Amino acid sequence: MSALATPALETQMLCKAFGALTVADDINFRLEQGARHALIGPNGAGKTTFVNMLTGALPSSSGRIFMNGEDITTMSQAARTQRGLGRTFQITSLFRSLPALDNVAMGIAEREGVALRMWKPASGYSAIRDEAMSHLEKMGLRDEALTVVRDLPYGKQRLIEIAIALGLKPKALLLDEPAAGVPSIESGRILDVLAELPKDIAILIIEHDMELVFRFAERITVLVQGAVLTEGAPDQIANDQRVRDVYLGEGGHD
Amino acid sequence: MMHSGGYARGSRIGVLEILPWLVAIAAFFLLPEYLSLGARILIFILFTLSLDLILGYAGIITLGHSVFLGLGAYTAGILSVKAGIHDPFLQLIAGAAIGAGFGAITGAVVLRTKDLTQLMLTLAIAAIMMEVGNKANWLTGGADGLPGVQVNPLFGVFEFDFIGKTGYVYCLVVLFIVWFFVRRMVYSPFGAMLTGIRENTARMHALGAPVYKRLLVVYTISAGIAGIAGVLLTQTTQSVGLNVLSFEIAGDVLVMLILGGVGRIYGAFVGPTVYLIAHDELAKQFPEYWSFGVGFLLLIVVFFARGGILGLIDKISARVRKS
Ligand SMILES: Nc1ncnc2c1ncn2[C@@H]1O[C@H](COP(=O)(O)OP(=O)(O)OP(=O)(O)O)[C@@H](O)[C@H]1O
Ligand SMILES: [Mg+2]
Repeated sequence: MSALATPALETQMLCKAFGALTVADDINFRLEQGARHALIGPNGAGKTTFVNMLTGALPSSSGRIFMNGEDITTMSQAARTQRGLGRTFQITSLFRSLPALDNVAMGIAEREGVALRMWKPASGYSAIRDEAMSHLEKMGLRDEALTVVRDLPYGKQRLIEIAIALGLKPKALLLDEPAAGVPSIESGRILDVLAELPKDIAILIIEHDMELVFRFAERITVLVQGAVLTEGAPDQIANDQRVRDVYLGEGGHD
Repeated sequence: MMHSGGYARGSRIGVLEILPWLVAIAAFFLLPEYLSLGARILIFILFTLSLDLILGYAGIITLGHSVFLGLGAYTAGILSVKAGIHDPFLQLIAGAAIGAGFGAITGAVVLRTKDLTQLMLTLAIAAIMMEVGNKANWLTGGADGLPGVQVNPLFGVFEFDFIGKTGYVYCLVVLFIVWFFVRRMVYSPFGAMLTGIRENTARMHALGAPVYKRLLVVYTISAGIAGIAGVLLTQTTQSVGLNVLSFEIAGDVLVMLILGGVGRIYGAFVGPTVYLIAHDELAKQFPEYWSFGVGFLLLIVVFFARGGILGLIDKISARVRKS
């Protein structure tokens, strides 16, 4: 990783406060091109809030955010997504009364710019359907494609979250605890799918499962009370006494 | 019968979807003395359909949809009485354009808000327009309205007669054309996208949809359709008065939609039909109980049949199929 390359995402002195509570405290962060990066930290450290600021779901209090060198600090969420920023939600956020296929197709339609077409039936867009189907198949959800999402078990709903994100073909992908609540067989599938993603996609994963983190990540950032405690390669982090104290040593999480 | 649309399901027109048109045609031949009520029902179906598009599909809450009906109605009236333009299609196009234009302008403000604020804004706009209609005497005739609206015979041949034959067929054809477009829209990617906004706005943002712009598009279309309904109302009654801008109409159309079933196109067909026939029969016999009856009916729908009449039919037929 050359320090000269423009990072996929970068924040400078990013801050966020909810009233008196500081949730992001001068965060300087780089997600390099093609990175496999994990963001860890205790519950309430501000990880989800950080992702929400990156995607534009939440405005930051101060500081700047860059995507591929472009200042996106005040850019709308939709515009960031259109520039190739994808995310999954820690708390599953789906179209619950729609079939799994529609959940994935909806994002592909946005990506392909057909969402304003008013004449031809959606079901006639076979390229979109086929692609949506292929993402569902990757997540092992072929047989569930036509099932209304609210009728699926929670673990499968989590997999649809990921299928939707894949459908956006993002250049930078932010995964907020993708494996939380997923049975272990299927969480293995999540890792497999992530491992197969093109190398040029930059991935930031938030995860409490340390085994998963150490298998996946080439770089780890530790966030504590809204501030970056440290950042480094996995073995560095594993051996860092401060990290052990505040986080790893704490025992079970979630 | 539950409307679906979207990417997974087919979009063929089902047998049940032909039913309303058969009923409407049968009514023309079998109930000639009721054709003016029939035309009124067709017009309110059109109006309710426009509301379903924004409320049922896009999830926009409004108590001021009467504004667009009223604008269409007054456009036709003013064109005829003040400008001497009696061509029915010119009036129709003008009413649609004015409705849509005002929808775009007010939508630009209304759609930036949500929930209660949105509701209050639509209410405020309706109140203002009511007062404008009342005070702009020189244009609207104020409280007296504009009687004596003239409409040229359709294609120079079919007079708008007293019994209402021409009016009925004309309204039916206009409704059919608009329904056809709305149905295509609802089944298109655009319709799927609207459903997405209603179901989970946060997710739509994350998918890259500029939600506000999309809502503005559908709001404008809906307002244009409501404008068309307004023009038809003026043309068939050959007059226009302040009642088209009233809160009562804004409330009525909401009741009709909820009664029929929200977000499924055909709720907009069933609701107005039941409501207006019931009104015609009951309000004459028991005028003092009408409002009470409507309130009671709404309570029943809210507590026992959230999907309205069509939702109820769905539930019953599902149960029958199971047993
Ligand atoms: N909208 C909000 N308003 C007020 N406080 C909030 C809001 N969102 C989050 N917080 C608070 O900010 C802090 C950080 O929350 P956040 O969800 O970012 O933590 P997290 O690191 O993702 O935690 P977890 O591991 O449990 O997911 C928490 O104390 C939370 O209660
Ligand atoms: Mg979180």
